[in-house]
Amino acid sequence: MSALLEGLFSGISIGSVLLIASLGLAIVFGLMGVINLAHGELMMLGAYTTYVIQNIFKPLGEPWFDFYIIVALPAAFIVAAIAGLILEKGVIRFLYGRPLETLLATWGVSLILRQCVRSVNWLLVISVGVFCLLFFGGRVLVSRRLDWEKIKNAVTAILLPVSTAIAALAGILMGSVPALSKAWFSARNVDVTSPKWLSGGVKVLEFQMPYARLFIIGLTAICLLAVYLFLNQSNWGLRIRAVTQNREMSACLGIPTAKVDALTFALGSGLAGVAGCAVSLLGSVGPNTGQNYIVDTFMVVVVGGVGNLLGSVIAAFGIGTLNYLIGSGVFAFIFSESDAFKPLVDILLFFATSSMAKVMVFALIISFLQIKPAGLFPPKGRTAEL
Amino acid sequence: MSKLGRRQVLLYGSTGLAASLLLKGCTTSGDDPNAAAGDSDGGETIKVGILHSRSGTMAISENTVVDAELLAIKEINAAGGVLGKQIEAIEEDGESDWPTFAEKAAKLIDQDQVATIFGCWTSASRKAVLPVFESKDHMLWYPVQYEGQECSRNVFYTGAAPNQQIEPAVDWLLENKGKDFFLVGSDYVFPRTANTIIKEQLKAKGGNTVGEDYLPLGNVEVTPIITKIKQALPDGGVIFNSLNGDSNTAFFKQMQGAGLTPDKYPVMSVSVAEEEVRQIGPQYLEGHYAAWNYFQTVESPANDKFVAAFKAEYGDERVTNDPMEAAYIMVYLWKQAVEAAGTTELEAVRKAAIGQEFDAPEGKVTMNANHHISKTVRIGEVRSDGLFDIVSSTDGPVDPLPWNQYVPETKGLGCDWTDPEKGEKYKV
Repeated sequence: MSALLEGLFSGISIGSVLLIASLGLAIVFGLMGVINLAHGELMMLGAYTTYVIQNIFKPLGEPWFDFYIIVALPAAFIVAAIAGLILEKGVIRFLYGRPLETLLATWGVSLILRQCVRSVNWLLVISVGVFCLLFFGGRVLVSRRLDWEKIKNAVTAILLPVSTAIAALAGILMGSVPALSKAWFSARNVDVTSPKWLSGGVKVLEFQMPYARLFIIGLTAICLLAVYLFLNQSNWGLRIRAVTQNREMSACLGIPTAKVDALTFALGSGLAGVAGCAVSLLGSVGPNTGQNYIVDTFMVVVVGGVGNLLGSVIAAFGIGTLNYLIGSGVFAFIFSESDAFKPLVDILLFFATSSMAKVMVFALIISFLQIKPAGLFPPKGRTAEL
Repeated sequence: MSKLGRRQVLLYGSTGLAASLLLKGCTTSGDDPNAAAGDSDGGETIKVGILHSRSGTMAISENTVVDAELLAIKEINAAGGVLGKQIEAIEEDGESDWPTFAEKAAKLIDQDQVATIFGCWTSASRKAVLPVFESKDHMLWYPVQYEGQECSRNVFYTGAAPNQQIEPAVDWLLENKGKDFFLVGSDYVFPRTANTIIKEQLKAKGGNTVGEDYLPLGNVEVTPIITKIKQALPDGGVIFNSLNGDSNTAFFKQMQGAGLTPDKYPVMSVSVAEEEVRQIGPQYLEGHYAAWNYFQTVESPANDKFVAAFKAEYGDERVTNDPMEAAYIMVYLWKQAVEAAGTTELEAVRKAAIGQEFDAPEGKVTMNANHHISKTVRIGEVRSDGLFDIVSSTDGPVDPLPWNQYVPETKGLGCDWTDPEKGEKYKV
């Protein structure tokens, strides 16, 4: 009984980590069809936000510090959503319908984000801030003129080098102040401490359920419910579903598709941020954190079937449970009762290590995709052909 | 967009080809390594190469080692240099990419004509540069504990061989913590070799290996491993951990969540030092153990001086650890060898290096005939401030055995570079 309960709990908890990590991607990739390779880096931003919030709460002392995670969750959502919004407005909206270019561009963005957290310092922030202020501010000022459309290119051509030069100059001038050029995080992993009420666990029968895992299961359920309600009950959710089904028709009916795209992408990115906050309770926080999850998240969405949240949910729990049962040797244990299964038990024992379990799960997924190439719940009807 | 005509393509192509041939000709012109070292003798400074990953996944660890090497070079220069000349360090970035390491090693030897190279961290990078050093008959100093089973004429190893870290740790655990071992490691050459050694050792000394598991590098889902540990060791037992990188954080955080506490399940780590403790968070590690030759908390005048000098150079919040200390002392050992030889000529330095002694932060170290150094072995327990309490320490330095005596294939083998008859491998 205890073993069964433990198996069930472990499967669900691995699945819920997979699910919360891929929920954002299920929206961005699943609903919008954007292959976002920077999804892991948005998670990383969420994890770093958690770290920053934790450090803000540290000096406040005991009773307050315990609740930093409550503040960190929305903060991680907002930071990642803003990053996602900038990404959508700056890069992705030019690339809709061109999956290969999106793939390369988002891969590039993920490299930039990773390098950013390694080397971000006040100097960089101030220089970028100065540049944005001069360049975009200048454009806004000049755009009030009536002949804006005519002089647009000329203004950009002048503003770009001028503001770059001023920002660079400001950077060089301030470079002599060592406090400004000290990296915020550096390339080191940073340590995120779980609050007291999330470390340890509750004993059920023979084994201990870690509070952090229970918290993530709860958080996943809440996020899932919120996303479901948002997509199915709100006006914006309705618009999002309409645009993903038929973009041209939605535009004809007066839905601002550009706005809907930006909102959807920001929502997906924000969820990645929440996931980053959650996984910081279990794993490490460093520039490469996102890379540890990116393959798994795509796997979940592809197996679940593009465009279907329910598919992702089932896929996440399925893959999680399978991974656990193979990797921990429970399968091999079940069949070892009878001698008839001896060869099967030998095979299962061979795969009962963490790295070999991954191999087997991948092999199973590939054979599954041979039978159902579009995943568990393939999109039906005309949308499937788009 | 205008397209390039065929003629232009041919023109550019042939120019590029000619340029690259020319460059290649230049870089391979100084192929004789002894002549190369002789050249650096004649100049105003003595050039040495520093070859570590300054970017990529390994940069976090390797940057700290570079800091220690540069500190040693700075100290030596301030004290008058080597043979009356200043040392000039030429840095190359291995980019955490093993072929790049080999390329950069060849560049340092041929183009910069350095007198020696200090470098590498992972065994993979060392294995990648080894053919370069052997074919050019040059000299590498390597500062990290490793799995052994190697003894090159062209490498000096200042980190621990398995018998100076892993084996004493297992002995100590058998004596103090229990006979049942669960082995956890990352899935690459060092943990797998280390665990082969541990299994043989346990067999020989009456311990049991109750299970082992390997996580792919960077994997952070350790629930299946924790289940296995609980199944294999229901009443507690020893966990021997050779995980590397991010997996360590996940492992220790989730161990604590699952209620596996150090009093019942003590973990002995061989890749977790002061720097890693800081990144994982001491509260997850408190009470667990690590085996090294050096801890920042070693009490000796040499160590006080080293720690103070390091903090003065790089800031008060920095910590020192074992690979950094090994990197620091290898620069001094090289300097002593050059001074004993009276030249930077490679063969003379190689001969003079053997037998060099140095009063290192970890205690006295001696370069042996097998190009490894005798080192004191220590076991530390993590305390709440992230440093280690030294709970056990050998009486004196332990002599290194690069060929492992528990593994059947290498049992009874030795290595001795002072005797041309013996060399890399001989029957003891």
